[in-house]
Amino acid sequence: MPVTNVIKSPETRTMSVTAEFAAPVGRVWQIWADPRQLEKWWGPPTWPATFTEHDLRPGGWARYFMTGPNGDKSRGWWRFDAVEAPRRIDLEDGFADEAGQPNAEMPSMFMRVSLDDRAGGGTRMTTVTTFPSAESMHQLLAMGMEEGMHAAMGQIDGLLAA
Amino acid sequence: MVVEQIDNERADRLLHALSDATRRDIIRRAIDGEHSVSALARAYPMSFAAVQKHVAVLETAGLVSKRKRGREILVRTEIAALRLAAQVLDQLEAVWRDRISRIDALLEEPETQSEGER
Repeated sequence: MPVTNVIKSPETRTMSVTAEFAAPVGRVWQIWADPRQLEKWWGPPTWPATFTEHDLRPGGWARYFMTGPNGDKSRGWWRFDAVEAPRRIDLEDGFADEAGQPNAEMPSMFMRVSLDDRAGGGTRMTTVTTFPSAESMHQLLAMGMEEGMHAAMGQIDGLLAA
Repeated sequence: MVVEQIDNERADRLLHALSDATRRDIIRRAIDGEHSVSALARAYPMSFAAVQKHVAVLETAGLVSKRKRGREILVRTEIAALRLAAQVLDQLEAVWRDRISRIDALLEEPETQSEGER
């Protein structure tokens, strides 16, 4: 398994995930730097992501949407706070409105991506996600539950139709 | 990042609050409902003021909340926030485990295929 470590700290609203890959740092950097590669893994197969903007430099923005099975679109944005190719990215990830503009009503989270050489070859990738407040987590949970409800309802519809 | 500094301070307060056996016991007692500081004080071989001080440390760390009822001060453990945070982090862990297995698959692909297409 490529995931080697997960640290969750509810007290500090932070999660750190470490994974190891056989590919060198320069190659792993590409999965973040190339939006076409990013699209292959950011969203799940049922909600694939499409990046319409990806300006990877400090102060730059990325904009994306994820398309659900029914054609529903969920829009998001990143703001890159720090970019040090090919080792580190600090970004803020949030929800966007129909026009792709940040939705101030919705929570955002901070992410730090670090790529390091692994002894003996390969790359160690660590992503640290931090939620700015307990309220933002509450909001996300409420939204997730709503989404889960919709998905469950969809399945019931499918069963009834069959 | 400023957020991280705030989080470190919070973590320090939390660890300090949890480092004392009496304070940990107060948290356990006040999980099932409100306890008055005077009732808590009777449970420990120490002064009312000393217990009050412990409660203040716990309150600063966000582990208990206080409210007044008449002349009494009632203490309650605030676990709801922590439990909720743990739930969100569990969901996020699942999201990242899925992402990393997709990244792993992507990295296995021949490089010519993944670069410069479209």
